[in-house]
Amino acid sequence: MDSQVIATQPTSAHGEHGHSPHLRHHFATVAQQREAASFGMWLFLLTEIMFFGGMFTAYLIYRNWYYPAFVAGSHWMIMWAGTLNTTVLICSSFTMAMGVYSAEMRNRKALLRYLFITLCFGIVFLGIKAYEWHDEWEHHHVPGLNFSINDFTHVDQRYPQDKPLAPDMAEKTQAYFSLYFMLTGVHALHMLVGVSILVVLLFHAWRGAYTTGHMTTIENFGLYWHFVDIVWIFLFPLLYLISRHQ
Amino acid sequence: MMHYISPVLWQFLQKWLHRFPLFPPEASTIAPYTDEFYFYLLLISLVGTGIVVAMVVGFSVLYRKERNPEATQIEGNTLLEATWTIIPLGLFLIAFVWGALLYFRIYNPPTNAMNIYIVGKQWMWKAEHPGGQHEINALHVPINRPVQLTMISQDVFHSFSIPAFRVKREVIPGRYTTVWFQVTQPGTYHLFCTQYCGTLHSQMIGEVVAMSPEDYQAWTATSTSGSSLAQNGERLFASLGCNQCHSGSPEARGPNLAQMYGTKVQLANGSTAMVDDAFLRDAILNPTLHQMAGFAPIMPTYQGQVSEEGLISLVEYIKNLNSNYRIQQTLTTSQIQPTGAAPAPGQGTVKQ
Amino acid sequence: MSSTSIVLPDQQTATMPKRSYLNSSYGLKSWLLTLDHKRIAILYLITTVFFFMIGGTAAALIRLNLLTPGGELMSADTYNKVFSIHGLIMVFFFLVPIAPAVLGNFCIPLMIGAKDVAFPRLNLTSWYLFVAGGLLELYTIIWGGIDTGWTFTTPLSTHYVNTHVISGAMGIFVAGFSSILTGLNFIVTIHRLRAPGMTWFRLPLFIWSYYATSIIFVLATPVIAIALALVMLERFTGIGVFDPAKGGDPLLFQHLFWFYSHPAVYVMILPGMGVMSEVVACFSRKRVFGYTAVGFSSVAIAVFSFFVWAHHMFIMGISNYSALVFSLMTMLVAVPSAIKIFNWSSTLYKGSISFDTPILYAFSFIGLFTIGGLTGVFLAALGMNIHLTETYFIVAHFHYVMVGGMVSAVMAGLHFWWPKITGRMYPEMLGRLAASILFIGFNLTFFPQFILGYMGMPRRYHAYPPEFQILNVLSTAGASVLAIGYILPGIYLLWSLKYGKIAGSNPWRAPGLEWQVQSPPLEENFIETPVVDFEAYDFEWLAKHENEVQTVG
Ligand code: HEA
Ligand code: HEA
Ligand code: CUA
Ligand SMILES: [Cu+2]
Repeated sequence: MDSQVIATQPTSAHGEHGHSPHLRHHFATVAQQREAASFGMWLFLLTEIMFFGGMFTAYLIYRNWYYPAFVAGSHWMIMWAGTLNTTVLICSSFTMAMGVYSAEMRNRKALLRYLFITLCFGIVFLGIKAYEWHDEWEHHHVPGLNFSINDFTHVDQRYPQDKPLAPDMAEKTQAYFSLYFMLTGVHALHMLVGVSILVVLLFHAWRGAYTTGHMTTIENFGLYWHFVDIVWIFLFPLLYLISRHQ
Repeated sequence: MMHYISPVLWQFLQKWLHRFPLFPPEASTIAPYTDEFYFYLLLISLVGTGIVVAMVVGFSVLYRKERNPEATQIEGNTLLEATWTIIPLGLFLIAFVWGALLYFRIYNPPTNAMNIYIVGKQWMWKAEHPGGQHEINALHVPINRPVQLTMISQDVFHSFSIPAFRVKREVIPGRYTTVWFQVTQPGTYHLFCTQYCGTLHSQMIGEVVAMSPEDYQAWTATSTSGSSLAQNGERLFASLGCNQCHSGSPEARGPNLAQMYGTKVQLANGSTAMVDDAFLRDAILNPTLHQMAGFAPIMPTYQGQVSEEGLISLVEYIKNLNSNYRIQQTLTTSQIQPTGAAPAPGQGTVKQ
Repeated sequence: MSSTSIVLPDQQTATMPKRSYLNSSYGLKSWLLTLDHKRIAILYLITTVFFFMIGGTAAALIRLNLLTPGGELMSADTYNKVFSIHGLIMVFFFLVPIAPAVLGNFCIPLMIGAKDVAFPRLNLTSWYLFVAGGLLELYTIIWGGIDTGWTFTTPLSTHYVNTHVISGAMGIFVAGFSSILTGLNFIVTIHRLRAPGMTWFRLPLFIWSYYATSIIFVLATPVIAIALALVMLERFTGIGVFDPAKGGDPLLFQHLFWFYSHPAVYVMILPGMGVMSEVVACFSRKRVFGYTAVGFSSVAIAVFSFFVWAHHMFIMGISNYSALVFSLMTMLVAVPSAIKIFNWSSTLYKGSISFDTPILYAFSFIGLFTIGGLTGVFLAALGMNIHLTETYFIVAHFHYVMVGGMVSAVMAGLHFWWPKITGRMYPEMLGRLAASILFIGFNLTFFPQFILGYMGMPRRYHAYPPEFQILNVLSTAGASVLAIGYILPGIYLLWSLKYGKIAGSNPWRAPGLEWQVQSPPLEENFIETPVVDFEAYDFEWLAKHENEVQTVG
């Protein structure tokens, strides 16, 4: 179908009149360029799925082997923080979608506003995550750096429903926390990248880009942002919720 | 298979190959099977490569530009293409089935095999015979008798390989693996570590000495260290205090271990498990994962306290434990002695 | 020119075009900041050849050390570093990138009638990532080396060796993104930038195999990225994903590693298969026999390649039943390769064959890849694998497919497109000589290793029992012949840059779109977007339109 687009209008050298200034010389039409860009973005997200896939597989296997350790580990997650962060991310996805919509409507003010709110949500998310990590560090839950099985071999008054684990099983909580830090760490890294790109986008949007009809960049960034959001939507139940009531 | 078709031909081939320095000695019952299969694979490879080379060379001669200045365009030919899809597929599938049968032959030991334990570590092989003989970088075995090796690594992956027997198996940290063979020719054979394991990987080699049963008897008699593996295990069992709970008495806090080896047990999580070497070793190190039904999860882990050799002795001891008579004897004598004296760390514990 | 070569139609009268991508701008900066896919291909060519020289030097050291059973040349530690570097460099910095990033970058847009790849800037970024990864690897080599083997087996790599595992893994991690982005770029390019009339079934088979390669890049590379990231973190901070003491499983690493690395071995062969189709068709003046079968077998290889990884772990304690499944799948994945080999061989049937350097390399490919592939079937058969695994039989197997197969194909492609890339011919007689030397040297080097393997000589051994010496000496002798076979083309190709005969736009009278423009091409490839009204390998069309070539100046 793309070839038909070209077939009807063979182009010559770039810089021809009547073309959008955003059309790169090797594309025939703006539509072709936009399709290529979003196709590329989807492929990129596919590679991201494979990237996280390795860790999710590890999670599923180890969870199966060391079920009690994973239950005990997840009890130490800070529920309010996780829930809040989930809410923050969902809201940010909404504002991001609104941002894309505003770009489509060529409304610069609204675009700036929504991008800014998204940026704030992103930063809040990272802040809360940092708080949680700090908390885990304080409790000596970081495998390899300062891990101690103490919390899992004794009953803690904060989690009286937990039976203490035998020491051998308590050691295995390290598998849980290793994966927890890997997964949330890599996810936070993606958020960090997203936030940095947002700053750049904001700057360009402020200068008037994206609201003149050429909004591929915003659209694609939106895809990325939603993807990172969706990853969290998987992480939250797997790490915080599913073993809650055992 | 070749030696069913023509024993004479097979004998001849074998003789010839032995003298040929490009072929390893064929010294186990498995080796002829492997070699047979090898010849099948060689044959299909020769035929396949032959056909391809014949096509390329033949067409090059026949249709070189001077001889055939004008090419004739041909789209393809479904029948031909189906043929050269299906024939290789068929040949490969035969290889798959044959290979699978051989694999199960090599990795499923006969039940009457004698067992020797192997511990691999950077960069040496330790062999522990049930009679208590220890060897380093050497392994003495009798011929004409199935021998099973139960192997484990103390650090990284190694691999135990005896080319003359055509057997090999990875030696893995934290898990027993097994391999078996039955030697047919007395002699001294290479033993290699074939999994790259660090600096001296190429020095992690040794000798397998296959002896006639009489010579083997003589060897075991002269090289014994005084106590058998099971006896070492018993000493360790007592010094680690295992006998306190696994005393075999009805009110004991741990399950009765006598004659447990080889049975199926009910686990606390509802599943059943076969009590084999791996189960026993894991139960000592990760009791929670092997919690037996009807007992409280009170057993401590011995992770980091018993060396792999120690674990092997314990396993060998429990394997051969027919009654709890000796355990109870030990317990009563130790009650007479003043308690409080820490049990002397026996051979096999890890010094801390 | 000997009498057997093709008549080169416009070579006598050919002149260098005045304007081309090579002289559209000058200066180092114009190269380092170029967005032109052809220039980027050349950047890649220079860097990958550089890495080949490092890897080749390491190979020479390996072979020298193995000349004597005691391994007197170097210490065990040094030897381990040398073969690790050899494997790492050759795989990740030479063979994986060379075909896609050099030949693919150069040819794909030209072949499909596009002006560039879809994302030129990303393309340049990929090269910089590759260089960054390469620099990290060089750092690793110079500051003490790495001795894990190219497979990074845990727990050896995470807990036991004390060499530069982190920077070594980091280099591959970074270069991996270059692979991912290259694959992504190609897929989008092939989907979205085909010229009008260039339907999927009019694409040269080269494009099909590069498409399959790109799928593997995109889907498999992220998995090794995460596996290596976990190794680095485990080494650096001590998290416990692969550490048995913390509940991890060292085998998991191997699953992740081979989930990438098995598909990656097809990355190291599929592009070569693409080159094969072009070269065999061109020099036998015939359409490839069974176009659809060859095209779809590339895709089949790519898809099946994701389900066979555990054949590298048959003796490692995977369950017997999964071993069965993986062995069966491996047998299945071998079939499409067989189809291709037979289709190429039959393409010669009733052709009009001329024997120039590219097709000599192509013949090497067919012979050596068949041997290499069939010995792969030995390894895939479970019972046989037990005896052969981790011996020199494997070393011989993969050198037959990677060096005998892929490197031959790369050489074929390089010679084939050299006139297009540079506008000049290489010296034909020397080319044939080098191809023959390579073939002989190769077999002398690696055939003895099959025998060594069956005799039981383990791989990665710094020293070996004396009875293996004769075969090792043969192998080392072969390697020195091989070295000549590589150095010779290096010299005459460089020479031809200045003194080679001017090639003209289509010296081979080849049918592909890339040959219908001037050599070297213009920066924008096509003055006008071509409209494709001919099939792939359409020699009849070509005969009619022989002289309608776009040349500027
Ligand atoms: C370019 C790279 C490449 C390619 C294409 C292949 C192709 C194949 N490989 Fe190989 N392989 C490697 C690179 C490659 N391999 C490497 C690097 C290793 C070692 C890694 C390490 O441990 O360091 C390895 C290791 C390896 C192993 C693991 C060995 C072990 O560790 O124990 C196995 C096992 O199954 C295997 C099998 C195969 C098979 C079945 C194919 C098939 O795809 C081959 C298919 C081709 C053919 C079969 C030939 C064509 C067929 C015909 C012409 C038909 C002939 C006709 C008749 C029979 C009538 N390979
Ligand atoms: C693409 C991949 C590739 C290529 C091209 C090669 C090429 C060669 N390889 Fe290698 N090889 C591997 C991939 C490759 N190899 C891998 C993956 C391993 C496994 C590593 C591991 O176990 O971890 C391996 C392992 C390996 C071994 C086994 C080591 C061991 O297990 O102990 C041996 C031994 O003979 C060997 C030999 C050779 C030889 C002789 C060549 C020859 O073809 C090379 C010929 C080239 C030259 C001889 C150089 C030519 C000279 C120049 C280009 C100029 C040089 C320089 C200067 C001017 C300074 N290789
Ligand atoms: Cu142990 Cu190699
Ligand atoms: Cu493989």
